[in-house]
Amino acid sequence: MARIRTTVDGLVYEDDVEPRMLLVQYLRERLGKTGTVIGCDTSNCGACTVHLDGLSVKSCSVLAVQANGSEVLTVEGLERDGQLHPVQQAFHDNHALQCGYCTPGMIMQSIDLLGDNPDPSEQEVREGIEGNLCRCTGYQNIVRAVQDAAQKMKPGAHASTSSSAAAPVAGGGA
Amino acid sequence: MIPASFDYVRPTTVDEAVQALVDGGEDAKIMAGGQSFIPVLRLRMGDPSLVIDLGGIPELRGVREDGDQIVVGAMTTHHEVTRDDLLARHVALIAEATKTVADFQVRHRGTLGGALAHADPAGDLAAPTLALDAELVIVGQNGERRVPAADFFEDYFTTAIGPGEILTAIRFPKYTGWGARYEKFNRVAQAWSIVAVAATVKVDSGTITDARIGLTNMAGTPVRARAVESALVGQSMSEETVRAAAQAAAEGTSPTSDADAGSDYREHLARVLTGRAVLAAAG
Amino acid sequence: MTTTDNPPVQEIGRDRRRKEDRRLITGRTRWTDNQAITGLLHISIVRSPFAHAEIKGIDTSAAKQVPGVVGVYTAADIGADAVQLPCAWPITKDMKSPQRPALAGSRVNFAGEGVAVVVARSAAIAKDAAELVEVDYDELEPVLDMEAALADGATLVHPELGTNENAQWVFDSGEAGSGGSAAEAIAAAEKADDQVVVRRRFRQQRLVPVFMEPRSTVVDPTGEQLTMWSATQVPHILKTMLALTLGLPEHKLRVIAPDVGGGFGGKIAVAPEEVVTLLVAQKLGKPVKWTETRSESLLTAHHGRDQIQDLAVAVTKDGQIKALDVKLLADMGAYLGLVGPGVPILGAFMFNAIYKIPAYRFDCRNVFTTKTLTDAYRGAGRPEATFGIERMMDEVAVELGMEPMELRKKNWISHEEFPFTTVSTLTYDTGNYEAATEQAMTMFDYDGLRREQQQRRQRGDVKQLGIGISTFTEMCGLAPSRVLGSLDYGAGGWETSSIRMLPTGKVECVVGTSGHGQGHETAFSQIVADKLGVGFDDVEILHGDTQSSYRGLDTYGSRSLAVGGIAIVKAAEKVVEKARPIAAHMLEASEDDLEFTAGKFSVKGTDKGVGIADVALAVFAAHDMPEGVEPDIDAHATFDPENFSYPHGTHLCAVEVDTETGFVQLYKYVCVDDVGTVINPLIVEGQVHGGLAQGIAQALFEEAAYDESGTLLSGTLVDYTLPSAADLISFDTANTTTPSTTNPLGVKGVGEAGTIASTPAVVNAVLDAVRQYGVSDIDMPTTPYRVWTAINSAKGTSGRGDEADVASPGAGLGSTASDISKGDTQGGHL
Repeated sequence: MARIRTTVDGLVYEDDVEPRMLLVQYLRERLGKTGTVIGCDTSNCGACTVHLDGLSVKSCSVLAVQANGSEVLTVEGLERDGQLHPVQQAFHDNHALQCGYCTPGMIMQSIDLLGDNPDPSEQEVREGIEGNLCRCTGYQNIVRAVQDAAQKMKPGAHASTSSSAAAPVAGGGA
Repeated sequence: MIPASFDYVRPTTVDEAVQALVDGGEDAKIMAGGQSFIPVLRLRMGDPSLVIDLGGIPELRGVREDGDQIVVGAMTTHHEVTRDDLLARHVALIAEATKTVADFQVRHRGTLGGALAHADPAGDLAAPTLALDAELVIVGQNGERRVPAADFFEDYFTTAIGPGEILTAIRFPKYTGWGARYEKFNRVAQAWSIVAVAATVKVDSGTITDARIGLTNMAGTPVRARAVESALVGQSMSEETVRAAAQAAAEGTSPTSDADAGSDYREHLARVLTGRAVLAAAG
Repeated sequence: MTTTDNPPVQEIGRDRRRKEDRRLITGRTRWTDNQAITGLLHISIVRSPFAHAEIKGIDTSAAKQVPGVVGVYTAADIGADAVQLPCAWPITKDMKSPQRPALAGSRVNFAGEGVAVVVARSAAIAKDAAELVEVDYDELEPVLDMEAALADGATLVHPELGTNENAQWVFDSGEAGSGGSAAEAIAAAEKADDQVVVRRRFRQQRLVPVFMEPRSTVVDPTGEQLTMWSATQVPHILKTMLALTLGLPEHKLRVIAPDVGGGFGGKIAVAPEEVVTLLVAQKLGKPVKWTETRSESLLTAHHGRDQIQDLAVAVTKDGQIKALDVKLLADMGAYLGLVGPGVPILGAFMFNAIYKIPAYRFDCRNVFTTKTLTDAYRGAGRPEATFGIERMMDEVAVELGMEPMELRKKNWISHEEFPFTTVSTLTYDTGNYEAATEQAMTMFDYDGLRREQQQRRQRGDVKQLGIGISTFTEMCGLAPSRVLGSLDYGAGGWETSSIRMLPTGKVECVVGTSGHGQGHETAFSQIVADKLGVGFDDVEILHGDTQSSYRGLDTYGSRSLAVGGIAIVKAAEKVVEKARPIAAHMLEASEDDLEFTAGKFSVKGTDKGVGIADVALAVFAAHDMPEGVEPDIDAHATFDPENFSYPHGTHLCAVEVDTETGFVQLYKYVCVDDVGTVINPLIVEGQVHGGLAQGIAQALFEEAAYDESGTLLSGTLVDYTLPSAADLISFDTANTTTPSTTNPLGVKGVGEAGTIASTPAVVNAVLDAVRQYGVSDIDMPTTPYRVWTAINSAKGTSGRGDEADVASPGAGLGSTASDISKGDTQGGHL
């Protein structure tokens, strides 16, 4: 067992974990953060995407012990005072989800992408989410949603999620 | 799926890491970014007793200039490589190739050193490292040694890193002003390269004055397309000359056959993609 | 009293954003694997690495020693070997049906079949222990090739059946009286000077549905009712089948499909793992969870498609089709799934498609192999048929030197001819193929792209353009019960809804369908809102729990709206009729003087009225009811359709083929679908997008391949290559509308349309690009390697003789055979 201390969605946690425990398991099974899901065992699907110290990662390919001392942001930590993050809102507005299983990972990766590139072209969005698989939407409305969110986030602050200080208020434009 | 149990240490210096590796014996494994390693553990295709995580060693991270070389710490992430100004200026080929590795999330965690030590023949960073005549810095209990890339990649998933040794840095010569292109060919965006070509060329007033070309997945190790390089040098830059030179791309390769490609197809792709890579690099 | 002062706007047809999104985008979800019950145990299933083997012995002793392990069971230990998992569709009276156990007892018949189960405190411990279970196998020869499996002396998957043939199912329009004899028509055509017979063999590769949420089941046996949560499309069928299969009292079972992350047919099942979880939970008296890994899912959840299609078309030289003959071999895999044997048979009704074909024969042989079983996958039988006929139309066009759309026009049912009874005996109620096609051709700029194609050919571009057509129809709204009865299906095809009028004016609508991503809560709320004149947000759709929704036949076959939606309409009508006498009483008026509009009963010619919510409250109080009227306006209705519905559409695809590498890049995709009345255009568009992606993926990317020992090669998502966003393009979609006359909403169903239509459009486009080099077919998926190999071998084949003038379907637009045969000009690029 290893002792880890993490900040997840703004709250501090301390736990003993087996070294083999994956970050996604820790989030789901120990913290009850079941909004983040597991879709594969080869890091292809991206459903488990969260932000670790401000960068998107596949939480199935990070050990919980590796998150010791880090800040984690999940889809459950995006809302601010009951307001959806602009990317969440855009997913709803543009019908960018059907079954919703890939959605948490898609949203987290899309926020990361917009932090990096606030005004992506269609092709840049497609490449920016190429690590996230969706089986329902054909991606078209997801691409639309990300571009829509980019427009809505423009007037405000940059969607800076690449600095850990910004977590858990990723996006900031809300 | 969940990995089998293992012990875990996170040393803070290279010396500690080497000591842990020596103490851990042959069932101890080094973890760099973990982006290939953790999936392997999850599929239970690997079963180490001890995992030594290099993520806590600051000296292994970062890019710096050292005389006529650019030194990249082994634990520098792909993301950092693609954003680094020194690399963009002096070793554009490695940055170009790194942009094609997996996806954003994986590039945020995965490392140059980890990818090279893994030595997957379909991995995208070995061929440019070979083409660029990089030196790989390996540290063990007896100190540091530098291995030329040409001697580093020994076979499928096998490198010159010995027992009790750790890859700590990659030293690239400067290719300031050279054009670069990594031409990757795969079935879908997420798939591994069927074949890829790493090319960097120097063009002076319409003449190719120097060229370096490495091939991905054309053998168990990356392959240098030296015949193409020599055919290019001194030629005036044109589609015709480049394509003619590229016909030699498959010389000295020994590609495998699988469902995605027969060896003849891989050889053909090597020729086509080499032509395209060189043209784009020179463009 | 509350009244509806502002009658709501018309909800049907409105692009409502979905109700279900809020939870899903904030992570407030209830996937089965989220279930955490105190004392929950976890299982891991020990699976066979061999495709075909005798089990000689199983040693569980080491596994039992692992701390935290509660039990390790072989099939016999929990009676799993004696279970007969159900097949609900015995397609013929003499169909050969093997026993399908929940765990294999003495013999395994596909790689991945379960042979033992470990129960432990955690999933990790269960997996640790499962690796210590020692199984002694005696390997048998695998059975992998369908044609070899049917040959004399073939190794038998199930020796006790005496054959590898599950069943043969034949339809002959000559015998059925719905048309002529295809055999006679083809024989006549072979002798006639003015006719040709075109024969082709197509391969439908094996696919995996790959729903994003891996399957998961939790069984809690501690209550009076045993409760199963499962990631299933079919909670009602699962409940009844578990009762029948395991001899459990049905009223002691409750099945819940909570949030379910996609299905695409892949979660229409009574899965062995569901049964094993239940048996273990019963044995231990403790709640138990099974959640599969992705590799486990790819290996063991049912696969789809996998057919060999031998087709023959007799056609006059001016393009009039005289006969169609279809011979199929369909790979069942090792066992029969819930509806597996019937899947290819659904295609029997669809091979004739939108065309007037005077003589038709369909002959399908289902074959057992030692592979994962096949069953429904999005479209189920209809994509196979549509692929066959739409590929064939292009082949016929090439043979005749006709423009491929002209050939289609010449043979399709014109809009004046509806209703039209087809050669396969279905009656298409409505449709307008001309309208959809015209709009699609305009959106696509068909003529412009044909010109671009010609220019690229003339220039000898490395990237050649190909254009593919698919004009399709499908049968939706499964299904009229009498039709299912005639096909020996084990159940009906009706659907049920109940509407509960709550005292505060809110409405609960219980449905028997079980949505898992389709947006039912939104679309059904729109229907209820319109029919009862209540607010969209005042309606709650309840589904997926057999305790609240006790009657239903679940979600598949584009039936939820076309059948389930009509049950809602019927229930709403009953609510209004039950409320009418009470409203009359409240208004002191005669029932005959009342009209119900926008949620309000009004006395004709006056401004007197009461809202439906007022009636609901009055019924709740029940202080003053009319004589003999029960204080209840809730209603329940079941709808059994008289006919299927028949969406159709025209799909046009352009691809760029890199002739140097064989890489196929989508260039443009346009589709115009007629899905009848649209309840929510946003949802319809989303369904089409997703359907297209899956159909395109069959054409270009996906294949479940086995090696010669019967091991699945594409056992992870590294090898089973789903397209990502970077591999697809934006599609241009639109609708034409001819309302269905088979149901009161005029709806047709849209869930499968994109998948059914798109595959042949893409493959036709790929071939259209490379036919100029002499290529006539490429197996799916049309990978770069296959495309390159096809170009290379066609060009390497000299003396193609009479095929030297091979024409492209685009030949009608200004090209000539001699232009196209200049394939050699491309040689420099290869």
